[in-house]
Amino acid sequence: MKKVILGDHAVSYGALLSRVQTIAAYPITPQTLIVERLSEMTANGELKAIFTKVESEHSAMASTIGSSASGARAFTATSAQGLALMHEMLHWAAGARLPIVMANVNRAMAPGWTIWTDQNDSLSARDVGWMQIYCQDNQEVLDSIILGYKVSEQVNLPTMVILDAFVLSHTAEGVDVPDIEDVDKFLPPYKPEIKMDINDPRSFGALTSPDVYMEFRYKMQQAMDKAKEVIVEEGKKFGDMFGRKYGLVEEYKTEDADTILIASATVASTAKAVIDEMREAGLKVGLLRIRVFRPFPTEEVIRVLNGRKKVVVIDRNISFGKTGIFFDEVKGAFYNSEGNKPPMFGYIAGLGGRDVTPKVIKEIMEDAIKKDKPESEILWKGVKL
Amino acid sequence: MKHDDKDIKIKGASDMPEMPASLGSMAHNKTASWRNLKPVIDESKCIKCFICWKFCPDAAIDFIDENTPPKINYDYCKGCGICAHECPVKCIEMVEEER
Ligand code: SF4
Ligand code: SF4
Repeated sequence: MKKVILGDHAVSYGALLSRVQTIAAYPITPQTLIVERLSEMTANGELKAIFTKVESEHSAMASTIGSSASGARAFTATSAQGLALMHEMLHWAAGARLPIVMANVNRAMAPGWTIWTDQNDSLSARDVGWMQIYCQDNQEVLDSIILGYKVSEQVNLPTMVILDAFVLSHTAEGVDVPDIEDVDKFLPPYKPEIKMDINDPRSFGALTSPDVYMEFRYKMQQAMDKAKEVIVEEGKKFGDMFGRKYGLVEEYKTEDADTILIASATVASTAKAVIDEMREAGLKVGLLRIRVFRPFPTEEVIRVLNGRKKVVVIDRNISFGKTGIFFDEVKGAFYNSEGNKPPMFGYIAGLGGRDVTPKVIKEIMEDAIKKDKPESEILWKGVKL
Repeated sequence: MKHDDKDIKIKGASDMPEMPASLGSMAHNKTASWRNLKPVIDESKCIKCFICWKFCPDAAIDFIDENTPPKINYDYCKGCGICAHECPVKCIEMVEEER
């Protein structure tokens, strides 16, 4: 059924349709609407789940880990400072190989105190062992929660579904909300191989000596590699059932493009309009949207970018002391590859929720097109000096 | 992966569960090596109340039967001294460990 819903509520519906069994959450703007709606759904019986109010995000994730380890399909949601507070538990969830799905509303980190969007909160959790999906619209948000469980439960790694603060979280869009019976056919109940069970007691996360710790890490990396295949396979199956196909990346008018723009989240969906406009003016430009940041789509990036004249990356984030993070990762993906390496322009824009409008994106593209090479590793867009 | 109370034998990653759970018994991991003070029960004074057995945070005190003083398992006792503190007749002495 088509509904006009906010991005936050698309998350709530995604969790409802996935028949999550536990939700433990602490409210934080702009995530609050997600858990508010889920608490209503559990209170009125629409969703049969245990809703636990906790005193912090650290406890939210700790509780979610406990319920996932005991075999429940567990969900939580957070944002920014909340995600930072649960950081220790993020490692625990991934290391314990629990298929938790969490929504993170991308909100810039304080100070200066802010509630508006950028990606530094989730990207600071880059190396914890969670898969990260950056969504471009509310439909993708809902679908990615369902897909998140489908993939996580096969590879035993948690998934973070990420949406931009306000631009998605508090913006109403038309979303096709599938029937729960159809979702049931796609996403069967969670049946873990190992779980906390009083009839079969086990120790979890006990002391792991240097003889075996490294092997556990190796297995996490193997699971990430396998996840790339599973994400593509399940994204295709989802497309066959619901008419919307998802992969690691999305290509938009890249086929004969000289210049490829790389972006993620809502900057990428806005960029499509700019690509259309520039195409109409006869410019051969295309967009590569990075949907899945972890596992990183190295092969897809190399395949799409190889031999192009120019690559332009827009980062709504920064690794202080280096560059934009997607820019850095895209460059890194190329180093050991064969073939042509196009010059790459790394722009930083839209930090702390400053709008990245079609005009901003177009100016970035025009700037890169007129230059042979970037004059520096970071090209700041719109900084007032 | 094979394990008994003495040892865990793991060939490598392919032989391991995904989750670091139930790798086997911790029994092989003799955690007493860092003990500095060792509890010694004076059995002649022990009234067999088993309060020490209840309090030991490491389950390092074994219950034999109701008529026998409990026995401290020095492979796992970490020497925290809780048993000595709790013993109502003060018949557990913490003595300097000699190595
Ligand atoms: S607490 Fe003291 S008296 Fe009681 S059983 Fe232990 S050693 Fe004996
Ligand atoms: S010293 Fe501590 S660890 Fe050792 S037996 Fe007594 S209570 Fe247990």
